[in-house]
Amino acid sequence: MASKDSDNDDQAPVPSALKILVAGGFGAGKTTMVGSVSEIAPLSTEEVMTEASYGIDDLSGVESKGTTTVALDFGRITISPTLVLYLFGTPGQERFWFMWEELSEGALGAIVIADTRRLETCFAAVDFFERRGVPFVVAVNCFEGAHRYEEDEVRDALSLDPSIPVVLSDARDRESSKNVLLTLVNRVAERMAA
Amino acid sequence: MQAHNEHDPGEIPHGLPHRDAVGGFGSDESEPTGQQEAGPLVRPYVIAQGRDHADTVRLDMISVVIAAKRAEVDEMALEPEQLRILELCRRPQSVAEVSAHLDIPVAVVKVLLSDLLNRGLALARAPYTAKSPVSRDVLQAVLDGIQRL
Repeated sequence: MASKDSDNDDQAPVPSALKILVAGGFGAGKTTMVGSVSEIAPLSTEEVMTEASYGIDDLSGVESKGTTTVALDFGRITISPTLVLYLFGTPGQERFWFMWEELSEGALGAIVIADTRRLETCFAAVDFFERRGVPFVVAVNCFEGAHRYEEDEVRDALSLDPSIPVVLSDARDRESSKNVLLTLVNRVAERMAA
Repeated sequence: MQAHNEHDPGEIPHGLPHRDAVGGFGSDESEPTGQQEAGPLVRPYVIAQGRDHADTVRLDMISVVIAAKRAEVDEMALEPEQLRILELCRRPQSVAEVSAHLDIPVAVVKVLLSDLLNRGLALARAPYTAKSPVSRDVLQAVLDGIQRL
């Protein structure tokens, strides 16, 4: 689209966008992590989905064609005038798995936040990204009052491939979240080199 | 204007009913249906004049859009929401951001935007996808950008 106006000096370049997904169970700290590194307060958008088109049976019988509204929280990091990175917190509930298919399309990679108080809530996300071949790292969110686990314990519990990085993190802390992001992007670069 | 094809997406073929239906976005807050639940889900499709993805340009959640700088905007030919989109997109915004800022569902934003793109009033760039993977340089730029935060 931009080529038409390429001779127009006034026209600002249209940046390309990249996205990274932040997945994890409800209350694991997805939006907190997004907010800790985003240049804008996390925004929320709602995508209306027709449930029937995704093969979900309408069990309620209330409407013949149900729609469901899926809320996505996201943040933005402007890398350069020509490159913008978006971080999307993905819905954790099982019934929104179909969204991940759409969301994971073209994603640079994913961060799975593991909440050690309820580790099982991130199993689905790990399964999903493994199956889809989306590069991911596991960020163990260290909540106050939660028992501290060692990286290896978490790795074992999740049966992770040794190549998948596990990082202890605090989703509220910008430096900590930066470290998780850098670990992920380095992982993407490694996989590219491999 | 009357001579135009009635399917021209920029026309307001049914005039007032649409105005009423989108009143919630302007100063008129009256809610004709009174159904809190159904309202926000239904009304945006009225804005989009019943069209769906079929005739829209392919836009992603993170397609980035910017208003064309020198385009002449015929305000009468556009929906009020499209004018708000152009206003917002003086700076580059993703489809998701437009949706969040204007409180319009993503699917509807795509319809309104694709009309603006077809009219040459906005420019869009598709995001990186699996088919156009990032280069090493881009990855390095991302690493540098995150470091600078």
